[in-house]
Amino acid sequence: MTEHAFDLECIDVSRQFGSVRAVDNVSLSIPRGSFFSILGPSGCGKTTLMRMIAGFENPDHGDIRIKGKSVLKAAPNKRNVKMVFQHLALFPMMNVHDNIAYGLRCAGVPAAEITRKVQDVLERVALPDVAKRDIQQLSGGQKQRIAIARCMVLDPDVLLLDEPLGALDLKLREAMKIELKLLQHQFNTTFVYITHDQSEALVMSDQVAVMNQGRFEQVGTPQMLYQQPETAFVAGFVGDANLWHGKVESMTELGAVLRTPAGTALQARLAGSQRCRVGDEVNIYTRPEFMSVLPSGGETSNNAGTRGTAGADNVLEGRVDSVLFNGANSRLLIRTAEQALVEADVTLTGGSDDIKPGEAVKLQWSMQQTLCFPASAAQAS
Amino acid sequence: MVDAADSVLPCICGTGELIAVGSDIRKLSLLLLFLPFSLWILLLIILPHVGMVVLSLREKVAPRVYEFGFGNYIDFFMEPIYWNTLIRTGLMSLLVTFLALLIGFPVAYYIAKLAGNRTKGMLFMLCLIPLWVSDLIRAFGWILLLRESGIISSFLMSSGLIDTPIEFLYTDATVIMGLVYTVMLFMIVPLVSTLDGMDNAMIEAGYNLGGNGFTVLRRIIIPYAMPGIVSGCIVVFMMTAGSYLTPILMGGKNSSWFTEQIYDQFISRYNWESGAAFGFLLLAFTSVVVWLGLKLSGQTLSSTVAKS
Repeated sequence: MTEHAFDLECIDVSRQFGSVRAVDNVSLSIPRGSFFSILGPSGCGKTTLMRMIAGFENPDHGDIRIKGKSVLKAAPNKRNVKMVFQHLALFPMMNVHDNIAYGLRCAGVPAAEITRKVQDVLERVALPDVAKRDIQQLSGGQKQRIAIARCMVLDPDVLLLDEPLGALDLKLREAMKIELKLLQHQFNTTFVYITHDQSEALVMSDQVAVMNQGRFEQVGTPQMLYQQPETAFVAGFVGDANLWHGKVESMTELGAVLRTPAGTALQARLAGSQRCRVGDEVNIYTRPEFMSVLPSGGETSNNAGTRGTAGADNVLEGRVDSVLFNGANSRLLIRTAEQALVEADVTLTGGSDDIKPGEAVKLQWSMQQTLCFPASAAQAS
Repeated sequence: MVDAADSVLPCICGTGELIAVGSDIRKLSLLLLFLPFSLWILLLIILPHVGMVVLSLREKVAPRVYEFGFGNYIDFFMEPIYWNTLIRTGLMSLLVTFLALLIGFPVAYYIAKLAGNRTKGMLFMLCLIPLWVSDLIRAFGWILLLRESGIISSFLMSSGLIDTPIEFLYTDATVIMGLVYTVMLFMIVPLVSTLDGMDNAMIEAGYNLGGNGFTVLRRIIIPYAMPGIVSGCIVVFMMTAGSYLTPILMGGKNSSWFTEQIYDQFISRYNWESGAAFGFLLLAFTSVVVWLGLKLSGQTLSSTVAKS
């Protein structure tokens, strides 16, 4: 058996539906045993890409390789890629045991071994006693685990998961996120996870590809996507961000100085490989957690109610419009001269110095935490 | 109806007394709602059948003299031609049902799963159109095609394939063909509705987990469609076993269909007592077959006919 570094590779894969390029020259390589997510808004082509990997669609051109071997010629039932469907697609007319045994029976495994393997995989997903139950008798989370067990019992090279948490309620979804990650560690199989929910992708993945309009915008670790987005789309889609629009007034060594339509000068760092010149229309992004909120007129000092003590390259005056209380992760919506509400994270302690709606405040943040993208790129998103 | 009454009443009545009146109105509306249904069941189904049973248990001992007894039923079992005809009708109806399923399933699968949304409606329409023409006219259409001087026979003659005209009518094969054609739609409709409700992902999952086309059909599609299959089979079997026109017209006098025996007893021999017994036996026989079918397929009436 030759060891291949990548479990799954896509090389310049494209797929066109009519005049729409659903998947446009996508390349990816997923190392063994990693958790890879494809994150994108609905209609970005992520499901088409997954269906091509599973073999339900054929790419117009490009190649898909599993463990180094091209699978384009292989029918869906001949690929060792298993899939957890969006609505799980468990077979309602079979019980749990038969659902899991189905794939083994197709592969011609002897009956005694089927019983052993099914019991084994049920124990691994921590549901040892449900073999005789009907699918309808399972809870949402149990169905989820059975759907995964049904695939994992076949020992696939790659497991595809098509937004399987979408149908669950919030609490269960949070729990399943952790569980999926643990299961992936336990089985040590490559998981390819498709989602439109950035928190799912960030929490679980080793690597995330952000997809938009059939293309990969950026591929990287969750930290990289969050801290160093390469495109405006990634900056806006992954995590929360405040957006300002403006025109570049001058360029400095560190970045650009721009002026918003309301006349405020803001400084920003150029993101990744982005270029811009004086006079360009640009968008700049700052995450709410990098904004320091100070009482208006107060000195630039560490206020108990604010986070972060970064430099004050950018300063805005505003008035608190509302407070979204969520304990340590509370958020202020602040109305500034730019009209749009600016979001800033604060810690509300319940003390007398907490910021209240209607107060005048000063926002300040560092240009290091402000990313600048040409406006044309942002409009594409 | 009941819900509507519910939502209106709180507005009309505020006090306790009026609420009591409200519940009376609700009872009344429920009663009125069920009245046509219960009348239908009572007058058109229960009453005639009770009459049939009573009639079938009267033995004719002398002209216009009757007494209670099982003579009509005993006659049926003593005379081989009677129960042979019933068995034959049952077997041929089973064959018709099986053929209708064999032809109907691929058609229903195509309509439900493979056809696009617009073609789906059109195909369904095409299945319905033959129903606009009465059974009688359709049977005569077949006769025009199949009789000795009919279209097929004369075509074969003129093309030189045969020398003497062939009579295609009045054989069992013709009767079965005609019956399959008549009942086809009643097989397709329940099949389409069950297959329509099947998530395509389930079929894809079947392939994804390693099944080939045959395994997916046998292990996933057919078990899933079982309620529709059984429901279609019950309807088709009942219709076939109880049909009269098609076997008579296409099978002629030799078709030996059991309904023909019943007709003979009632109309030709004016022996209503024995006709009623035969009618009741047909009902009992088909019910037993349906019950056996349900037992064998592991379905229940409520999961099949009541569902589609």
